[in-house]
Amino acid sequence: MTHDYYPLFYTFNFYFFGVAAIASAIAFVTRKSPVTAALWLVTTMFSLAAIYILLDAQFIGVMQVLVYAGAIMVVFLFVVMLLNLGHPSEIADARGKVPVLAAALIGIALLAEIMTISRTHIEPHFAVAPGYAVDQLKQYGAVGSVARPLFNEYLLAFELTSVLLLVAIAGAVVLGRRKDIDAS
Amino acid sequence: MINFPALLQAANPQLPPAGDGVFVIFTLIKLVIVFSIYMVSAALLTLAERKISAWIQGRHGPNRVGGRGGWLQPAADGVKSFMKEETYPAAAYKPIFILAPVLAFIPAMTTIAVIPFGAPLPTRWGLIPMIVADLPVGFLFVLAISSLGVYGIVLAGWSSNNKYALLGGLRSSAQMISYEISMGMSTIPVLLLAGNVTLSTIVTQQAYGGWNVVNLTIAFFIFLVAAFAETNRLPFDLPEAESELVAGYHTEYSAMKFSLFPISEYCNMVTASALMVTLFFGGWDVPFTGRDNIGPFSGWLTLLSIVIFLLKTAFFLFFYIWVRWTLPRFRYDQLMSLGWRFMLPLSLAYIVIIATAVLILDSAGIHRGAMYSSILGVLNMALVVIVFAILDRGRIISPAYGRARADQIAKLRAASARSPLSAGAID
Repeated sequence: MTHDYYPLFYTFNFYFFGVAAIASAIAFVTRKSPVTAALWLVTTMFSLAAIYILLDAQFIGVMQVLVYAGAIMVVFLFVVMLLNLGHPSEIADARGKVPVLAAALIGIALLAEIMTISRTHIEPHFAVAPGYAVDQLKQYGAVGSVARPLFNEYLLAFELTSVLLLVAIAGAVVLGRRKDIDAS
Repeated sequence: MINFPALLQAANPQLPPAGDGVFVIFTLIKLVIVFSIYMVSAALLTLAERKISAWIQGRHGPNRVGGRGGWLQPAADGVKSFMKEETYPAAAYKPIFILAPVLAFIPAMTTIAVIPFGAPLPTRWGLIPMIVADLPVGFLFVLAISSLGVYGIVLAGWSSNNKYALLGGLRSSAQMISYEISMGMSTIPVLLLAGNVTLSTIVTQQAYGGWNVVNLTIAFFIFLVAAFAETNRLPFDLPEAESELVAGYHTEYSAMKFSLFPISEYCNMVTASALMVTLFFGGWDVPFTGRDNIGPFSGWLTLLSIVIFLLKTAFFLFFYIWVRWTLPRFRYDQLMSLGWRFMLPLSLAYIVIIATAVLILDSAGIHRGAMYSSILGVLNMALVVIVFAILDRGRIISPAYGRARADQIAKLRAASARSPLSAGAID
């Protein structure tokens, strides 16, 4: 893996992007203006992509930027911009106390889960051997190492997911086709 | 599947790959040189744009600064931008208003890093590839970073708190997302032929199998149109349509913050031209010479290939400017209908056809080479005739100048008769 060769470089980048991801995630939930919040979320996505690349998952890192930061968040911003045309100081915080409390509880539960998992002993056949990602990258290239398992072992799951997405698209079309516009 | 990089290495075993220290030093040198050339060419493009537009319109163009040619006009523009007053509209949301030009500029600069611009240079320390960063994800990196470019424009429009700017920003985000999909889809046939996503592999594959523009003309056509839309150039410059939106998303900007938007547009043009060259015109491959990509490499070959690459890129830059001063702007609904109803289905169908052809050819045991390319070439000719001569006939490709049907005209007339403002304005 990368950190065998450049330990300092790897460590610096890991902490840099890790801190950036966490800090911008905190900024994301605390900002009042939806547009600012959305931008912090983009920063989080981007930092996560950098961490994927540090793990030699180059394809996933690029897809994270392309799909989440580049497409989904732009559409999100598109909607938010139209909802929120005033000055950010005029916007009241719409979140009540109960949702904030619930969110904090869920956050603590997830954190506890991560702590537990990181202390558990993982069976060797679940874990990936060191250097596996680099070998795959050299052997099949960045895309091939993802495509091979996706279209061989997990083909059924992949196809089912695509049907799920198709249902979502059909739903959006049905909701988007308003009767009163068609009639006129 | 042929492993092209391994072939490249095997063809030239006397040159070991460069070591780590050499890699860092040469990457720094390449960064400085590529960045300087990139910035200078963006500056010169502003002059070229004015000179070529003047030539097309029968005018003189800039002819005061730096002699009759006006060669120092970009420098004068730069000085002017720095000296002008920075204005901040009272209603603007200042942090994002300042951030937006930067967000437009950085993605525009970054993507050039993965484009190979010359044959590898043999040095006493090993073979130096003429590419700043040969990433394993190559082309996908370009798509990912260029998809971030829309933020600068959208946020500039929103943070100005101006209705024209906002409309420009909205148009741009819709336009760029729509054409990004066709752009990505149109390159899948190229990636299928190369069997990899790194741009250096795509260049090597074209040296073997002929330029992709000969074999994948429809993909090139879709990519070309999508690249115009992605760079917000005419006929797709709706985000800054002067006749409708004052200046669109950058209406409220002044001085250097304003200049960053045109500069990033020119940077995007350079990148898009370089990409077209790399994906469809053989990259740095020297035309009419066989197998110049497999060595033995020499300094002269590197120099020649860089010059060839720059010439090819310059042609597409000229093409960009040529189109801008020739074609009128699309209407917004025409833009959307072209993107979603013609280019996307066409590129999807094309992927299916090319994937089937590649599968059949591979399973028939035909290797990449003259035979393979000529079969693809024949298929390509048939598809071009089908799409442009039979399917099109002025109906689907060209909604911009396709004539309106009689019932559409009747509907418009009825609407204008109902309108209190204009009776019979359609006539």
